[in-house]
Amino acid sequence: MLIKKAEDIRSSEITPKSLYLDRRKFLAAAAIAGAAAATGIGLSEAINPSTTVLAGNKINGLQKSSFSTTETITPYKDVTHYNNYYEFSTEKDEPADLAKNFRTRPWKVKIDGMVDKKQELDVDEIIKMAPPEERIYRHRCVEGWSIVVPWVGFSLSELIKRVNPTSKAKYVEFTTLLDMRQMPGQQRPVLQWPYVEGLRMDEAMHPLALLCFGMYGEDLPNQDGAPIRIILPWKYGFKSAKAIVRIRFTDKQPENTWNLSAPREYGFYANVNPNVDHPRWSQAKERRLGEFFKRPTLMFNGYDQVASLYSGMDLKKNY
Amino acid sequence: MHRYLKPVLFLACLVPLARLVWRGFHAGLGANPIEAITHSTGNSTLIFLLVTLSITPLRKLTRQYWLISWRRMLGLYAFFYGTLHLMTYVWLDKFFDVQEMLKDIAKRKFITAGMTAFVLMIPLALTSTKWAIRKLGKRWQMLHRLIYFSAAAGVIHYIWLVKADLKKPLEYATVLGILLLYRVVVWIAARAKRGAGVGAASRVEVSETQA
Repeated sequence: MLIKKAEDIRSSEITPKSLYLDRRKFLAAAAIAGAAAATGIGLSEAINPSTTVLAGNKINGLQKSSFSTTETITPYKDVTHYNNYYEFSTEKDEPADLAKNFRTRPWKVKIDGMVDKKQELDVDEIIKMAPPEERIYRHRCVEGWSIVVPWVGFSLSELIKRVNPTSKAKYVEFTTLLDMRQMPGQQRPVLQWPYVEGLRMDEAMHPLALLCFGMYGEDLPNQDGAPIRIILPWKYGFKSAKAIVRIRFTDKQPENTWNLSAPREYGFYANVNPNVDHPRWSQAKERRLGEFFKRPTLMFNGYDQVASLYSGMDLKKNY
Repeated sequence: MHRYLKPVLFLACLVPLARLVWRGFHAGLGANPIEAITHSTGNSTLIFLLVTLSITPLRKLTRQYWLISWRRMLGLYAFFYGTLHLMTYVWLDKFFDVQEMLKDIAKRKFITAGMTAFVLMIPLALTSTKWAIRKLGKRWQMLHRLIYFSAAAGVIHYIWLVKADLKKPLEYATVLGILLLYRVVVWIAARAKRGAGVGAASRVEVSETQA
């Protein structure tokens, strides 16, 4: 057996340290993959256990939800580095960095409009209103891509019940923070700032509508809408307003930002609907991040339980 | 000297593709690699179209007349990146579903514009040989003015596809506007000269650009 002496080994043959160290990561990943396959947990879940991630704070006492899908969860890295968050940038890979120093505490949410008592609630007060649940939802962007995310929060109805809107309130409006120093995207009039979204009262009270303050078992990362946002899994992503500072109850349909920007393209309802195309592209299919082939888009993004909210409505007109 | 620069240029034009491939192998294409490939090849196509269009003004304004020897390669690279861009659409977006694509082309304005931009490049690529230039004579230059329309359709394609942020497509539109304006000015100046006296000016112009 020929044993090379040290000086015989050319430096080009020596594996760089970084690669060598990566080898362990690879082995670990392979082991995890094997274990994941054996135990039946999703691979991405296993590689990104909720203990290792950036946002930090783990949320304790998470309850499981019957609304959760068993589909493969999108990797944490993708959900935190592919963000449509125009308050920071129109480039999807930029909010991760630009939102790094975004201040999410102290944070007040103003509750006003047609409510018994107008008030300002601290976000930490809101978060404690109900036990946190993990809800693994499909999330479909109007642009034709989708992800599966384990959000953390509770039904929006829990908050609404507690603040007591009057019987005149027919709609609820959500406003995102306006602060162009912290949100550099607001320095350009790409959209009308602040970002506003809205729901009909019965939509907001539907148990699927989530008041969300975490994901992957931790606090919500800044680029994903921290400290508090809504998640409406049967609607296109733009309906799910981020970094909410105001919740207003009203009897008039709120003017939502994207609808103001391009009324023919983005409606008030924005329900996921494979049969109603965006004027410029088809909505029949979507690309799930991480998948090569496109998959068919489902009516209401597969959340048929909301169908009764829209019975008798022409969804081609009310897009 | 310029002769040695040409292979360098040839390789430099491959940099956008090389970068794309490199990013592909180093997880640099982000969460939606197919979208990243589509955007990258589309941008490269527009950039090469605009660079090709800037050769004529550049060589005249700087009197570097040899620059003309670069124009064909740059134009063919625009066609090359345009083909890659189209292929990402045909393959990775539509998976060769011809019916779906025909519907798209008819129905979606931005696809119609993009397809127009590409189709207009085909005859230009096909007639880029020395033989075709000789054979077509004066008509060659007429034909190759199609690049104005191809580039315009390409920029419109971009403008029509963005959701709200028009910044980047408008940057392309501005550059294209300047490059086309230059030609209008030259054309008006040539006409004025012709009106003033000899009619030979325009013919000189033609033989010069073909050199």
